[in-house]
Amino acid sequence: MKIREIQQLLDAEVLCLEDQLDVDVHSACGSDMMSDVLAYVKDQAVLLTGLVNSQVIRTAQMMDMVCVVFVRSKRPTPEMIEIAKESSIVLLASPKRMYEACGTLYLNGLNGAVHE
Amino acid sequence: MSEHLNFHYNVDGENFVSAGQASVQVKKNLRELGLPPEVIRRVSIAMYEGEINMVIHADGGVADVDVYEDKIVITLDDRGPGIKDVALAMQEGYSTATDSVRSLGFGAGMGLPNMKRYTDDMRIDTTVGVGTKITMTINF
Repeated sequence: MKIREIQQLLDAEVLCLEDQLDVDVHSACGSDMMSDVLAYVKDQAVLLTGLVNSQVIRTAQMMDMVCVVFVRSKRPTPEMIEIAKESSIVLLASPKRMYEACGTLYLNGLNGAVHE
Repeated sequence: MSEHLNFHYNVDGENFVSAGQASVQVKKNLRELGLPPEVIRRVSIAMYEGEINMVIHADGGVADVDVYEDKIVITLDDRGPGIKDVALAMQEGYSTATDSVRSLGFGAGMGLPNMKRYTDDMRIDTTVGVGTKITMTINF
């Protein structure tokens, strides 16, 4: 699935790196606990989260993720957007709630991350 | 002793927002050295969890990453409160972090277990009231 499809399925606003919407992704995970995200690595490309602080972007950096989706239209700070840009991480903001956002992507073929 | 590269970082304990900067820098440095992506990821995550721990529990500390021909050794040294019960701290889900830390996405009791998970060897030298030194080795 391309990031562009995620954006469309989730009615999401693109907060940075609009030129990278055609990047392909194959798995995603949804969590507000960053340590849980860090615990199950296997090429997760997309993180859906309701948490908004700079550690969300750092976690994505550590995991080599390419896209972070903030649910319930939460807004990252300008500083977070800058870090994301430097690391080529697309940021999206969706009005959907976490459960619905994850379910929508899953139904459309974006699998959960493979657990170790 | 064989020749090796050393990266040294001071981890600022004051600022949760900037926590993880050393790990980001390590990741960049290891990429420049051309190490396998899987090794880089394991080192980065172990170091990141360690760095977060130092900020949450110990007011910061120092981190060293030593790159040898066949392994990477991460050393995290702090002058924090020490760990009273290491076996308990190693259990997934056990945490002494405050609610304010949890609201930031950490403090789920996964830090030390994650560090162990991603490394081939982890040693914890800790004395209550003195500090904690964690040494992690990743072979490749």
